[in-house]
Amino acid sequence: MSRQRLSQWWFAGTLVFALLSMLVPLPGVLEPFKPYWPALFLLYWSLESEDRVTLGLAFMIGLGADLLNGVVLGEQALRLCALVFIALRFRSRLRFFPMWQQALAVLALLLNDRILLLLVRLLAGASLPPASWWISPFVGAALWPFLFLLLDDLRARLRIQ
Amino acid sequence: MARARDESSPLFAGNAAGTLRLIVYLALAMVLMVLDHRNGWLWRLRDTASAVVEPVYRLAGLPAVGVRTMSVAFADRQRLTEQNQRLREDLLLANAKLNRMAAVAEQNQRLKELLDTQHSLDLNVQLARVIGVDLGAYRYQLTLNMGARDGVRPGQPVIDAHGVMGQVKEVLPTTSVVMLITDPAHAIPVVVERTGLRTVAYGSRDGDELALPTIPLAADVRVGDKLLTSGLGGRFPPGFPVGDVRSVAPAPTGMFLVALAKPAADIDRSEDVLLLHDQAEPDGPPAPVKPMGPPSQLAPGASVGAPAAAGEVKP
Repeated sequence: MSRQRLSQWWFAGTLVFALLSMLVPLPGVLEPFKPYWPALFLLYWSLESEDRVTLGLAFMIGLGADLLNGVVLGEQALRLCALVFIALRFRSRLRFFPMWQQALAVLALLLNDRILLLLVRLLAGASLPPASWWISPFVGAALWPFLFLLLDDLRARLRIQ
Repeated sequence: MARARDESSPLFAGNAAGTLRLIVYLALAMVLMVLDHRNGWLWRLRDTASAVVEPVYRLAGLPAVGVRTMSVAFADRQRLTEQNQRLREDLLLANAKLNRMAAVAEQNQRLKELLDTQHSLDLNVQLARVIGVDLGAYRYQLTLNMGARDGVRPGQPVIDAHGVMGQVKEVLPTTSVVMLITDPAHAIPVVVERTGLRTVAYGSRDGDELALPTIPLAADVRVGDKLLTSGLGGRFPPGFPVGDVRSVAPAPTGMFLVALAKPAADIDRSEDVLLLHDQAEPDGPPAPVKPMGPPSQLAPGASVGAPAAAGEVKP
């Protein structure tokens, strides 16, 4: 029972941590390299424990993220919903990919996410972002194996689902 | 193979249902976005939820504070001594300049009183700290640790030691968000210090430059010219440094000169900024005067004398 509660807290804690790290700024030069943390953490959980990650959860997390650092309400909700939907749809395949293929799939998902964001921003009347804006998905994909192994390892150590 | 597995797992019991749910959520998100874009709900919601949102901002700002503290704690003695020395020299220089200016300022004040204008050289400012929080709009925003409770209002100009940084865009109870002058959606009226040419400086896409796209071809603008706020429009008080011209070239259309300028303020390095409290006197064209006429109840011909007094000629 307590183990189950711990795993719930761990699940919620990682997502809150992802939202917080989204807010933490990097020094000016590194700024475009900042990956989209909530997407990475949600991807991890949708691959590892599908029964907990649903579209509704992704929507709520997206709304929370918008409340904290959005430009338009609903923007990140839309992006995370699309991301989680694709991840859940291809979950069984993604899970058994070797790590490098998985990282490539994550790259595709994150690029798709950026394109969605770009569409939303352009429709909202913002100007085109600079070229360095496209670096972030690549950094996210490069970090993916480490994040995945780290979270898996922590989960094994805490002996939780 | 994978498909068979998909269908056996409970979440994919109905793929159609999953897709339907996705469509519902996407539609919901889009409706929210459109409504928010029209009505600005996000900031009202943030204002309502400020008890939750603001502590989160402070929490997310902690790493930046930590790095700052660490850099002071582990800075070697020599660097600190050097910095101290430099700051002391700067202070000495600034004080010397101030002393020299004091007499001039007083004279200026007297002359201005003679001219009966209300421009004043005194600054009514409030010191605010930058909270290191990334608010997701590329890099065109800054979060400050002062808000409505400290008397901050939207539209207040924000400056640092070197020049104009931007203006307050949104206000929460104890934090506020500043739109930087490098935001592509921002424009600031400027005057070229050397020639007095007035123009407008816009933010640029890369977020670290200002663009002046509408300089007349015949105008005399050179690299190194200083740009000051002109005070037109009444948002920014006149005379604050805005930037230095870095390059001048004819526009692709051939109708204007385009200059790029580097902001004078340390846009991405400032830790402390000043909020100006007096908004500039509106210096531009006067507000349109309300059409004056006789009160409506005696308009059509109730009295003979009143309309003539108001300067209207009745047919």
